[in-house]
Amino acid sequence: MTKTEFEPAIPSRPVYGVLHPAVGSAHLFVADGEGAGAVCDALTSAPALKAAAHVIYIPGANGSDHTGALQALGVAQFHRAPSFAAALPRLTKVLADAHMGMQIYAAGTEGLMAQVAAAAQAAGLPYEAVQMEHRGSLARRVQCVHCKGVTENVTLDPFQCSHCGLTLFVRDHFSRRLAAFQGVCIDAEDPGQIPASVERFK
Amino acid sequence: MSVGAPKIPVVVAEVIEVNALIKRFRFVRRDGLAMPVFSGGAHVVVEMDDHGTRRMNPYSLMSAPGDTSGYEISVRRDEAGRGGSLYMHNHVRAGMEMVLSQPVNLFPLDARAKKHLLIAGGIGITPFVAQMAQLEAMGGRFELHYSVRSPALGAYVDHLRGRYGARVHVYHDAFDEKIDLANLLKTQPLGTHVYVCGPKGMIAWVHATARAMGWPDRAVHSEEFLAPPVGLAFDVSLAASGKTITVQPNQSLLEAIEAAGVDAPYLCRGGACGQCETDVLRCEGHIEHNDHWLSDDQKASHTKIMPCVSRFRGAGLVLDR
Amino acid sequence: MSLDFNDETFRGDFTYRNSARAIKRFPFPFPEDSYMYSVNMEPHVPGPVGSVFEHMFDVDEHYVSEMRDRAQVLADDPLRCQSLPHMELAGWDLLELIMESKARDYPHWFSLHRDGNQWHWINRPLQIEQRFTFMDASTLPCGPMEYITRQTQGDFTLQDQRDDDLWIEAGMVTTQADWSLDFDIGMSFKQWHAPVPLAHQAGIFDRALKFLLKLQHGAPVRRFNWTMTVDPLLDTSPENYPKWGPSKTTMTPETVGRRQHLRVELQTLHRLPRSNAIAFPIRCYLISFQDLVTVPKWARRMHRVVRDIPDELATYKGFIRNKALMLDYLAPFDDGLPTSPGFAPE
Repeated sequence: MTKTEFEPAIPSRPVYGVLHPAVGSAHLFVADGEGAGAVCDALTSAPALKAAAHVIYIPGANGSDHTGALQALGVAQFHRAPSFAAALPRLTKVLADAHMGMQIYAAGTEGLMAQVAAAAQAAGLPYEAVQMEHRGSLARRVQCVHCKGVTENVTLDPFQCSHCGLTLFVRDHFSRRLAAFQGVCIDAEDPGQIPASVERFK
Repeated sequence: MSVGAPKIPVVVAEVIEVNALIKRFRFVRRDGLAMPVFSGGAHVVVEMDDHGTRRMNPYSLMSAPGDTSGYEISVRRDEAGRGGSLYMHNHVRAGMEMVLSQPVNLFPLDARAKKHLLIAGGIGITPFVAQMAQLEAMGGRFELHYSVRSPALGAYVDHLRGRYGARVHVYHDAFDEKIDLANLLKTQPLGTHVYVCGPKGMIAWVHATARAMGWPDRAVHSEEFLAPPVGLAFDVSLAASGKTITVQPNQSLLEAIEAAGVDAPYLCRGGACGQCETDVLRCEGHIEHNDHWLSDDQKASHTKIMPCVSRFRGAGLVLDR
Repeated sequence: MSLDFNDETFRGDFTYRNSARAIKRFPFPFPEDSYMYSVNMEPHVPGPVGSVFEHMFDVDEHYVSEMRDRAQVLADDPLRCQSLPHMELAGWDLLELIMESKARDYPHWFSLHRDGNQWHWINRPLQIEQRFTFMDASTLPCGPMEYITRQTQGDFTLQDQRDDDLWIEAGMVTTQADWSLDFDIGMSFKQWHAPVPLAHQAGIFDRALKFLLKLQHGAPVRRFNWTMTVDPLLDTSPENYPKWGPSKTTMTPETVGRRQHLRVELQTLHRLPRSNAIAFPIRCYLISFQDLVTVPKWARRMHRVVRDIPDELATYKGFIRNKALMLDYLAPFDDGLPTSPGFAPE
């Protein structure tokens, strides 16, 4: 799968690139779903990195699972986690033990990449130090501005907040800190007048 | 004109010979008010009346940022320079009245850093003296690696060791001691920021070494004030004010514009901050771009100039000033 | 409550009122008959006696009630005040700036006694007396930014400066024009302005950022912004949008004069000395249309601005659905006569 083409977006939305193996003392890769392909491409082009590479992989919410291909790379450390939440304690520990010079790569959905970047920022790295490549689903991670709950894998617009039940429209405004787009009540001014949902984020 | 902030009228309270090359100057206010507090890394521009020539040189503040009783700077004597440091060394005495700008910080600490690694060469120690006082007061984690020519020229080494103990590491060129930069950068915890202030070569060395070891650019900070270089005299037309001026060999273009009574903005006067950026309306010849501000494309296009440090050779230069 | 301050509400029964004096000093934000974005910054220097520019931080008849409203917003939603960990020093800078300014400008209401780091603060209108150690947050009931902004009208954000950008990393935001601090905190200058239409393309934010990065301590600047609000509601937050949104649908030709308010933000920007951060107070002033039209020049100009504004901006500012209603109310006050340049009444 090739790199995703994005329409021009407002300046709060991140712009993604292609993973380029960089010089560094250690290499941490975190990917979900189709993001495995970006990790394979990067490590195949720079096999010398494998001996210092640590790959954390979360199969996609849509069922895509490339664990086998990643295991076949033969990296120093490989870990398959069932969800990002399950992977976070390991990620946090790796970051806490790391030294400057470690390279961080994230690939897959926007929500995954943003959560990796937020964890790296919390550990003190500049946001720009995390390389990101989008692969696979465009499903969004959306924070409800009203109840603050985050709904994962949003494909419809508007959609129903999985926490408070309000019907939210999805803005392009994106918070790197929250790793989420913003959802705002669509019928606040005219309660009950809700347009039909369309599948905007496949 | 420096963006509207009021200047600070001072009297020189004390001049101390730190070593054969460096003098320290202490300024207190003439109007009885408190000095503004500042942030570590800030500089002030010192205005000098050098026997009819107006000089305005930036110097890093080295007094404690919260100390409102006075400001301190250190000046290294530069025999080959245009004369600002020589004026400070040879003519400034306790009791003299002078004028300072408000502090401006172009070399701030990154407040998010988990640790601050400070690398100084020679007179480049001065911003770090203020920054360490600030970090100490706030409980920040730091260490200093300070390279000096010899024990006799190691300004403030004893003071800093006394205050910060094992966090201060000193290296003497005379004893072939050198900062083991590769090892130092390799062992820093994630979230460390490195700061370097010193000679041009040292700054380039730290940037290049950090990049080669995979440090992100935004975790590497440096400050290098360029002294405006001397050069050949040249003529410039100022279109907005309708004047033609001559820039003397030991005068900067900015100083010549100011001497002609034309107001021009500035902050750092060292080619770093971008405040004095000026549009070039016509250029028949070659602009010697000496700044760190303009992009390479901008420099090549000859449509912008930084008058604080850059010069010109050729038949004619017209500026929008 | 003392005679200096109104006892009024910004919710529920909406008893908020402007006195004749408050109307006279209202900061009408349009220097000409049309509106488009501009950087429009000018030095924040003391203005005429009695004007909202007279002092660094204007304290007016709404002070005590506004602070009561803020306390209620914070009790309902503590996320309206947040400060990322590295911003505490900037919070102390802000506390010092406000305490020094208010004690100097309003000595009958506020006093500050400093003995080294031992400070003694008295706020008479709010009946607060506090002894604390400057730079020691454990000696205040809350962080320094929250402490002082619970006692100061207007929203506040604090911007860290690094990497040639400004980062909004602390704030007290309870009187906002529909933006969420909780969502925007941590963003760069262009990120948090991302939803604003038209202005990015016009280069407004490039110029504003370049200007602000060079802002100097001791030389604050100011500008206006504005929007429209139905009822004198300070807390027009996105968080509570389902609660206040329906109010836009219930205005009638009979109630528009009383309920429709012009909302003016007096924004000032101050370089903070210890932290090198920038403080951004956003002071909100509300005036009903029926009070606004008592000044003939304002009435004429308000009509022309609303009539000619691009729909994109009227949508962004949230009043497109009531634009016709507003024009019907304002049109009779516009006799077509020319207006003089500038803010002041004819």
